[in-house]
Amino acid sequence: MGIARPMRYIHGVTARCRKGLPAMSGRRFHLLCVASLLGVVLGARAAPAATPEAYDPWPGLVQDIFNNRPMNDGAEVIAIEMPYRAEDAAIVPVTLRTKLPLGDSRRVRTITLVIDQNPAPMAAKFELGPDANVTEISTRVRVNNYTDVHAVAELSDGKLYVTKTYVKASGGCSAPATKNADEARSRLGQMRYRQFARAGQGAASGAREAQIMIGHPSHSGLQMDQVTQLYIPPFFVNQLRLWQDDSLVLAMEGGISISEDPNIRFTYVSNGAKRFRAEARDTEGHLFQKDWQVDASGM
Amino acid sequence: MAHRVSVLALLVVFAASTLSQAKAQELPVSEVAPGIFVHLGQTALMTGENDGATANVGFIIGDSAVAVIDTGGSVREGQQLLAAIVARTDKPIRYVIYTHGHPDHVFGGAAFTGDGTVFVGHRNLPQAMAARGPFYLDAFRRIMGAPSMEGVRMIPPTRLVDGTIQLDLGSRILTLRSWPAAHSDSDLTVLDAQTKTLFAGDLVFLTHVPVLDGSIRGWLGVIDELGTVPAERVVPGHGPVSEWPGALDGQRRYLGTLASDVRKLVARGEPITVAADTAAASERSRWQLFDDYNARNATTAFSEIEWE
Ligand SMILES: [Zn+2]
Repeated sequence: MGIARPMRYIHGVTARCRKGLPAMSGRRFHLLCVASLLGVVLGARAAPAATPEAYDPWPGLVQDIFNNRPMNDGAEVIAIEMPYRAEDAAIVPVTLRTKLPLGDSRRVRTITLVIDQNPAPMAAKFELGPDANVTEISTRVRVNNYTDVHAVAELSDGKLYVTKTYVKASGGCSAPATKNADEARSRLGQMRYRQFARAGQGAASGAREAQIMIGHPSHSGLQMDQVTQLYIPPFFVNQLRLWQDDSLVLAMEGGISISEDPNIRFTYVSNGAKRFRAEARDTEGHLFQKDWQVDASGM
Repeated sequence: MAHRVSVLALLVVFAASTLSQAKAQELPVSEVAPGIFVHLGQTALMTGENDGATANVGFIIGDSAVAVIDTGGSVREGQQLLAAIVARTDKPIRYVIYTHGHPDHVFGGAAFTGDGTVFVGHRNLPQAMAARGPFYLDAFRRIMGAPSMEGVRMIPPTRLVDGTIQLDLGSRILTLRSWPAAHSDSDLTVLDAQTKTLFAGDLVFLTHVPVLDGSIRGWLGVIDELGTVPAERVVPGHGPVSEWPGALDGQRRYLGTLASDVRKLVARGEPITVAADTAAASERSRWQLFDDYNARNATTAFSEIEWE
């Protein structure tokens, strides 16, 4: 009896929040979500600890994030790689890889990353540029608990394909929170771009690997200001777009599960562009923009 | 009548809790210098079996008051530490000093919330405890189980240290100093000038592999400055009470190796996952709990060093 009520309450509230997240309908909605989540988190604390494995949030997430669209087996379409154990709860690497064979007429339009047991399960939605042939995306996320992590690819045929992995929560004093409060503030808005050599692939192939780093504290908002006793509003990068000249390479809609200082490493195919451009927005409406000369050698 | 019954019930509850407190086992402590008592934590992960008693905790007795330094990894441990204090002195506990906000150091705080006890910590500590507290409480209920977590709550400091302050225990002056981000972003040390004893918290690890949860570059810088503190012995956060400043050598080497290995990986364009698997591997045989923390340290260090 003690447990039944809070559980239902949690489900109701997170369901409402999740619905808002994919649409990224703006800051006000996030604030509402986080505020209601807080009530739940705090309220539920009195109830006996529930084993996270006992309750599978995935069916509810399919309903809320994907509108209950049918999920097809994604084993031949997409792969997700994460360490079996989250070493640092605040920085858990994740790699998404498309697996469509050469010559397949379909392409991957979007990949949605869902961390089932996180306070905001919808971690990110990536949109792959139509002409960039992005086949690999690596980033870092926060992991609060033992959890399934789902990757859902939407192909150009309009169908959804899902694959998943399981991550054990980190132990010890690791927490999905800021490690260095002073530094996090001072880095706000810095952007870095880096190109990497692709082993065995010459410049002529056009294959590239690159990385974008954005300095941002990415506050989850689930914390109280000690002086004002008010909850600090969440503050994170919710939109990132990357172009080569004017052609979209990759876009991301992010949530609070993306690690501090968002870091995206990805492959793409060069269209011969000379400039690489990045634009990021956060929940307070800051716009961060920068562009770089592309190294023609592919290095 | 109902009223009288409830008062009686309260009295019974009160008596029972006082009784259980009085009967709390004493935490084994040793007097490492005159008036300075230390309990050495187990070199282990926090579990239900050890009630989270993995960090070194201690207390200092002055002419008029006592200061507790770190409270242990559960209220049970905190109560046992309290029992060890009460068995040795009847002077009041005026200060509880946190060396930082990790669970093995702060989970015992609720055992010391008596009248007139002031909780002291780094200026960043209230924020760190607010941000991490709910997560820690959930995670450790899972890790240690409900019995070990009974009564655990975050008691943030109200007296904050930004730079250096002194606390007088009666003919005994303690110097508290806050440090820039190193092991964590709220590290604080306590120096007892009278015996030249330094409580370094987790700025110093021996035996137990150092755990990085702040800034590796910051920590390497802090180590150099910490070495100039005029102490003769150190009570580290983990590991035996040791000679000063020689106690710094092991972790300076470990953190230096980790930083330079990670720096090479970043320069080569390797992804963060490679750092977790390979960085500081040469240090493996020199530390306990290496496999529990090194991959995490490497991940943390990588995310900092890639911004250089
Ligand atoms: Zn610590």
